[in-house]
Amino acid sequence: MLNYIWLGMLIIGFVTGIISGKLDEVTAAAIDSASQAVELSISLLGIMCLWTGLMGIAEKSGLVRYISRQFKPVLKFLFPEVPARHPAMGAVVMNLAANILGLGNAATPLGLKAMVELQKLNPKKNAATDAMCMFLVLNTSIIQLIPATVIAIRSACGSSNPPEVIIPVWIASALSTAVGILAVKLLACFD
Amino acid sequence: MKAVRQVGIIKTISSYAVPTIFLIVLCLGALKKVKVYDVFAEGAKEGIQTVVGIIPSLLGLMVAIGVFRASGALDILIYAAKPLASFFGIPSEVMPLAFLRPISGSASLALVSDIIKTYGPDSFAGRVASTMMGSTETIFYTLAVYFGAVGIKNFRYTLAAALLANFASVIVSVWICSVVFGR
Repeated sequence: MLNYIWLGMLIIGFVTGIISGKLDEVTAAAIDSASQAVELSISLLGIMCLWTGLMGIAEKSGLVRYISRQFKPVLKFLFPEVPARHPAMGAVVMNLAANILGLGNAATPLGLKAMVELQKLNPKKNAATDAMCMFLVLNTSIIQLIPATVIAIRSACGSSNPPEVIIPVWIASALSTAVGILAVKLLACFD
Repeated sequence: MKAVRQVGIIKTISSYAVPTIFLIVLCLGALKKVKVYDVFAEGAKEGIQTVVGIIPSLLGLMVAIGVFRASGALDILIYAAKPLASFFGIPSEVMPLAFLRPISGSASLALVSDIIKTYGPDSFAGRVASTMMGSTETIFYTLAVYFGAVGIKNFRYTLAAALLANFASVIVSVWICSVVFGR
């Protein structure tokens, strides 16, 4: 599926660029994006190692298992096919916690670790499992306790009350997460 | 004054988060007699492998998004979706954001700053944009990176479900802001 989306985006992009005469912009965008992707990966490398290293300690000391045990009923509903004591559940919980706390640069390493662990349970290595779909939908829609970036922008632009959007953000995230969970559960039946 | 104090509290909480996590994990590790340094290095090695593994798929996706945006194709898509936006009551000022948000994090951040600067942080558009930015994530990037890291080619219904959740957050953002703050 991604093959078609990727192909479509590039072909539509280049054709639109030719028609609208933005040839140089399109060329520059292609080259700049490629080097940006590598820069991003390199800047991710350090943070990634820091958090996966710390996560290793948290796992060995039993902290991760302790935390995931606290969420067992919820996890059982969301990820019925993953055994409760599997390391994947620990990584999933830690990633979602980092997302909720807004620790963006900790969330990605923990999330990637969760994917690696979920992949170990996958019988068909190139197709996503229901657990992976559920995890990614949760990951992209879950509530953020303090939307710090947005509050910072609002405060910089002279808002009379920068954090006033926090409650609306919670409600919007909670409802969208609920829609996401429902969508995954329903689509899993029809897929 | 109240607003300033609230921002101060939030900043304090965020500053304490990471040092606290480090202290808890390290102390507990030491208490359980984990060879902390060895285990850390081992975990870090795993991190390197994962990051190197995501470079190809991340690069492919970022080039496609970059070309799609620079060509003006995204603007055409946004323009074409205008009737749909007014049907759902989405203000035209935040319409581009609804489209850009799932695709690119840095571009949507720039757009939010622009909307807030142009219309004011306490305008309806400014509040809706803030709520949308805070309640959604960059779906394409997340899916490409996470699936790319483990070599998943068939996403099945993940994109559909994630976009549905994103759409719900756009609708709810508009609705909740008109309820809480008024249009």
